[in-house]
Amino acid sequence: MQEEKNMLAQFLFLALSGVATYFFAKNLGKIRRNILLGRDVDLSDNKALRWKTMLKVAFGQTKMAARPVPFILHFIVYAGFILINIEVLEILIDGIFGTHRALSFLGSIYNMAIGFFEILAFGVLLACVVFLARRYVLKLARFQSPELKGFANQDAATILFVEIILMAALLKMNAADQILQAHGNEHYLKAGSFPISSWLIVPIFEGLNLSDATLILIERTAWWFHIIGIFIFMNYLPFSKHFHVILAFPNTYYSNLKAKGELNNMASVTQEVKLMLDPSATTPEGYQAPTSFGVKEVTDLTWKNLMDAYSCTECGRCTSSCPQNQTGKLLSPRKIMMDTRDRLEEVGKNIDANGGTFVPDNKNLHSYISEEELWACNTCNACVEACPININPMEIIVEMRRYKVMEESAAPSSINNMFSNMENNQAPWQFSPMDRANWTQDLNS
Amino acid sequence: MSEFRVRTMADMMAAGEQADILFWVGCAGSFDERAQKITKAVAKILHAAGLKFAILGTEESCTGDPAKRAGNEFLFQMLAMQNIATLQAYEVKKIVTACPHCFNTLKNEYPELGGNFEVLHHTTLINQLLQEGKISIQGGAFKGQRITYHDSCYLGRSNNIYEAPRDIILKLDAALVEMKRSKANGLCCGAGGAQMFKEAETGKKEVNIERADDMMESNANIVAAACPFCMTMLRDGVKHHNKEQDMEVKDIAELVANAIDL
Repeated sequence: MQEEKNMLAQFLFLALSGVATYFFAKNLGKIRRNILLGRDVDLSDNKALRWKTMLKVAFGQTKMAARPVPFILHFIVYAGFILINIEVLEILIDGIFGTHRALSFLGSIYNMAIGFFEILAFGVLLACVVFLARRYVLKLARFQSPELKGFANQDAATILFVEIILMAALLKMNAADQILQAHGNEHYLKAGSFPISSWLIVPIFEGLNLSDATLILIERTAWWFHIIGIFIFMNYLPFSKHFHVILAFPNTYYSNLKAKGELNNMASVTQEVKLMLDPSATTPEGYQAPTSFGVKEVTDLTWKNLMDAYSCTECGRCTSSCPQNQTGKLLSPRKIMMDTRDRLEEVGKNIDANGGTFVPDNKNLHSYISEEELWACNTCNACVEACPININPMEIIVEMRRYKVMEESAAPSSINNMFSNMENNQAPWQFSPMDRANWTQDLNS
Repeated sequence: MSEFRVRTMADMMAAGEQADILFWVGCAGSFDERAQKITKAVAKILHAAGLKFAILGTEESCTGDPAKRAGNEFLFQMLAMQNIATLQAYEVKKIVTACPHCFNTLKNEYPELGGNFEVLHHTTLINQLLQEGKISIQGGAFKGQRITYHDSCYLGRSNNIYEAPRDIILKLDAALVEMKRSKANGLCCGAGGAQMFKEAETGKKEVNIERADDMMESNANIVAAACPFCMTMLRDGVKHHNKEQDMEVKDIAELVANAIDL
């Protein structure tokens, strides 16, 4: 009877992991497909520096350190996420083989690790409580922006709440386990050390004077709750800003390695300008005049821009350092990234719904991002500098301006005046080019 | 200070001479009355250091920076290619400029269009000249002054030049005080990205006023700038606070020229 029950549990566990992995892989595939809808850009150069950047920025979280409080809190959650996964590995083994604490043969190392995980789990729990408080009690400015209304806000709260109950389940499980160990229950061999649950939860259970059967039920329920929670969490990731736990790594690997001030050169324009400046120039064999300039739709962005959008954690460091946003303008670099992701998701769903081809829906990226936002940007790179995982909202803004100017001639009139001054007087102001060196006439005025 | 004449590349070529370095003046430095003073300070420093320099004069045109940032790549590349042709015709190898926008464009964006030059911002060059002893600061013209430095976005974040301007200020024997937002965290003056040439969008405040608040808070009596556009924006900010009597905005080049009595 007990054996049958164990087999059933093992079967259930395998089936659950299979389903969870299947859907996770499927949604990962979709995101990959969506990212690859972007224009190609060659970022295969400089591998050594790319690895170094990833190790420093993603693993080492160096850019988070600019704000010490969230840096420490986030580091605890991050370390917890990575290290507690070692314990999840054990849960997987136990689940598949019906064992209990399969790695406990490691002896004192195992005990130390379990003890350390408990401390971490408790740290994660506390950090998440503080995170919730920062968002919903202290109401930090960068979490109050209009773009966070609705799903984004709910998403943040969901994740923090789930993390808190997952960590609580882990501690509860350990508490029941150690009482059963002390009672000498044969299935619960002596293993692990429990520096947190031993004083936080054990006294409660002992006070309630629970029977072994109840304790086993608590322990098993917490175990299942924890692992099912992890499966749900994993499958929620692709729909959430928390996908950064995966994409932060490739996204920093593919960081821009050039000077931040350099905007990309439009090779398609270069050929056209050469023809314009030199009428005798000939076009290279097979030359095709470009069909459009700049970014109208998400698919005109590069795959790196699109990866940026899926990597964004909506932390708002970009927006809170943007000079225009700080002075009350509509522009918010975080919103640029969120809009890009939302539109890309919409395009992806359209493709899925129409058997693999995109059916025009009378919308494009400009339906999400207004001219008022685009024209406010100072191209000051504060958003790029602030991003902990090297996302570049500024590039999207400039590319969209390119579309506005070169395809629609829709720049603000003062900008158009500047253009014509530059064309006619070789300066953004209406001065005669012949007066350019007038300053040399009197050096001491 | 002995009088000297600023020569153009055309003058030099006609005389069969070659300049060591081209001084790229930029549009603001050429036409804006306030920025012309910066230009003159740079010219004097280059002369005092014994550098054989020349300008392009009427053959210089806008690098194209504001057009590129405003999305007009055609206009940018047209100007850039014409400038590159001019620079190559004079066999220019090395360029110094007092404008961080020109600096960024010439240094980072011209190479892909075939223009490869060694480009220096004037703060980097002046710092080098001081280190090499080609110019030296004597006496304490700025002793006891509190100087704060406003990072230009196109020098700082865009090109990681944070120290050269500060090194120079330290050599002035003045107290260098930092604003609450400085270096990588520095707040823009509000001019970049072609904003200089248009009205700001509706909001609570102008960016330069926000920056002026930082300046006021620093209690400096001199704000050092390294960009002619920052200069305009920061001066407007000081005016807004009616603090023209207590706070001066000066370019690093002007401070140095003043300190070595040029």
